[in-house]
Amino acid sequence: MLFTEIKPAKSVRTVKVALVGNPNSGKSTLFNALTGLNQKTANFPGVTVEKRTGRCTLKNAAGESFHFDITDLPGTYSLYPKTPDERISFEVLCDPGNDDHPDMVVVIAEGTNLKRNLFLCSQIIDLKVPVILVINMMDMVNYKGIRIDFEGLAKELGVKIIPMVARKGIGVTELKQAMTETVPVPEHELIDVKRFAPDVVEGIMAEVNVKSRYAAFQIASNLELISWFRKKQYKKENIKKLISDFGFDAVQQQALETLERYKVITKFLKEHVKTEPVLNRPEWSSKLDSILTHRIWGYVIFLTVLFIIFQAIFSWAQYPMDFIDGWFASFGTWVHDVLPHGMLNDLIVNGILAGLAGIVIFIPQIALLFAFITVLEDTGYMARVSFIMDKLMRRYGLNGRSLIPLISGVACAVPAIMGTRTVQSWKQRIITIMVIPLMSCSARLPVYTLIISMIIPSSDVFGVLNLQGLVMMSLYVLGFVAAIAVASLMKFFVKQKERDFFIMELPLYRVPRWPDAAITVIDKVKVFLFDAGKIIIAISIVLWFLSSRGPGDNFTKLNDKIETLSSSGTDEETIAYLESQKLEHSYAGRIGHFIEPAIAPLGFDWKIGIALITSFAAREVVVGTMSTIYSAGNEAGTKRTVKDKMMAEINPATGKKRYDVATGWSLMLFYAFAMQCMSTLAVVKRETGDWKWPLIQLTYLSILAYLASFIVYSLLS
Amino acid sequence: MTLADVKPGQHCTVVSFTDEFLKLKLMEMGCLPGEVVKVIRLAPPGDPMAVSVSNYVLAIRIYEAKTIVVEPLL
Repeated sequence: MLFTEIKPAKSVRTVKVALVGNPNSGKSTLFNALTGLNQKTANFPGVTVEKRTGRCTLKNAAGESFHFDITDLPGTYSLYPKTPDERISFEVLCDPGNDDHPDMVVVIAEGTNLKRNLFLCSQIIDLKVPVILVINMMDMVNYKGIRIDFEGLAKELGVKIIPMVARKGIGVTELKQAMTETVPVPEHELIDVKRFAPDVVEGIMAEVNVKSRYAAFQIASNLELISWFRKKQYKKENIKKLISDFGFDAVQQQALETLERYKVITKFLKEHVKTEPVLNRPEWSSKLDSILTHRIWGYVIFLTVLFIIFQAIFSWAQYPMDFIDGWFASFGTWVHDVLPHGMLNDLIVNGILAGLAGIVIFIPQIALLFAFITVLEDTGYMARVSFIMDKLMRRYGLNGRSLIPLISGVACAVPAIMGTRTVQSWKQRIITIMVIPLMSCSARLPVYTLIISMIIPSSDVFGVLNLQGLVMMSLYVLGFVAAIAVASLMKFFVKQKERDFFIMELPLYRVPRWPDAAITVIDKVKVFLFDAGKIIIAISIVLWFLSSRGPGDNFTKLNDKIETLSSSGTDEETIAYLESQKLEHSYAGRIGHFIEPAIAPLGFDWKIGIALITSFAAREVVVGTMSTIYSAGNEAGTKRTVKDKMMAEINPATGKKRYDVATGWSLMLFYAFAMQCMSTLAVVKRETGDWKWPLIQLTYLSILAYLASFIVYSLLS
Repeated sequence: MTLADVKPGQHCTVVSFTDEFLKLKLMEMGCLPGEVVKVIRLAPPGDPMAVSVSNYVLAIRIYEAKTIVVEPLL
């Protein structure tokens, strides 16, 4: 044959791998060791459970290449779906029709606590999927004097075992090699569930495609919770009938299974694990706990940690943010000068580039906050925060872990909302996300500063306090009180599928792993840039269009006039005046006029109406819009003029000043409550995976803002 | 007697559970009937509590501890 020399293009086999393990077993470290930066984060379809996937390409002994597509399933203690995290793991592992159903499972178990860790492992073995068991933290195992007979244990479990110290990279090569070899399906079941419910198990196996008796048993136990029967409702009905015909009691069956599993595991461990207690080895974790959960020191330390995080994202982040701001400003000017003048130029500079700048500016704060959160989680400290704060916070529908995002919200809601991933209970997480925008973020500062300087005299109170400062502080307190109050209310309205419980491991303290922290930070920045960024750019372009385009001839004439005048070098005063005219005739200006009757009860006129629309981009935009409306230039040092002109403005309805105390307070309260921030909206959409939550948030905050402004304006005017 | 009645520093043995849902959760965490549990400490507000069970530290709320029937270790 002539063509035998020509081989088909070498195809690389793709193997789907699921990484499974208890929380705190070192799963993320192993995932990072396998995939490096070659990973991405998304949500599992339909739920807010984070899905990390990554690829690792390996060669086996024969030189064949394999792509391993690794999914890092959420950390769980069992396959029983009690939380959304567990439900995802359960569905991926038990349903062969699931998109993420793996060809191979790598189970990671913490070596110092094999009994509890092997529980999950034994469930997965009984699902009849190829399993490799990694026993991690071997350094701690040796430190504690525990001796494991790997060969004996591997034989009992019917799987290959790889000892590992994931933090030091020990055992990773061995795991990679094992992955490229043929991994067999475990040969025997560890417990025989058919003994518990023979008819139901057999009936289900005849009804649906599952690989094992244990998967069938799990379906019987969790029929109401699983989502795979949506398209095959009749199958669900058949199974329901089986369950009731044979009187299958899920709780009792699960209890039986659990007892049986622990019996088998205890027997294995007795034979293959020996502990020779080592003397004079201090229990560091226990000593640290007595300080970090101390009734005084525990809180002092936590407050200090909060303060440092707050400092970092409030002031340290300012330097890189100023740099980004400056860079985009000069880049924008350059682009504006280089490109031919016209609408496209305007779109690129004031629509797209302005939007981009508004996204990139968040990177320093997101990076810093996640560096802190990751390190605090990794060391085990976050679990202690939950422990000492639980009683206080749960009264308000929140969690001890909610506090760090909540306080970070004072700097900026965007990183804070991303930081709520650390809150495990879905309900508490949603509530935390919903109230974070009430915290007075730094974008409100310019708004508050401008209005306070107009309506509050700079007088002393009790000789030491400045009245303006006091008002500013009261606005911050108001934000915090509102957040707590709304959270306490919301806890009655947010429904939860699963029952709430606290039962949580306090893991051993560990030194943080900096490479893991770096990977998380990079990952979070990427998620924000590409997921939330899309929405921000889109809204930014819409807002640009509204404020720079207008209907009718008047607008076009004004626009042309400005073009010709500015190139002929007319004085800035005239141009500024024309710019303000242009804004009034733009779509935003039209909308401002249109909504005037609706906002008049708050003491706002159409000019403020325009500012409300443009500052949906970000609250601080209000100051710039006011400058344009009151026909003063945007350059530094001219704010006084804006302020003077604003203060001279007369309210035609009352004949008094427009910016009196009543309107001023009304405006400040409006900005304290309203969700005037497209980036927050975008990030809530990204984090909850649904438009429902950001829309609820936008609605409730708008109503709250309107009512607060209305009440304060009515009282003061 | 329930786990909520046990003072920090004391040991006890798990006998049974009074809440079906929590029972499953606790059992999968290795808190099984017959297992010896030691109360390590209470969080400063008196709730939750930290207990040592099956060689690790578990934090649970008082109302959850009340669903665990125990007997003192002799």
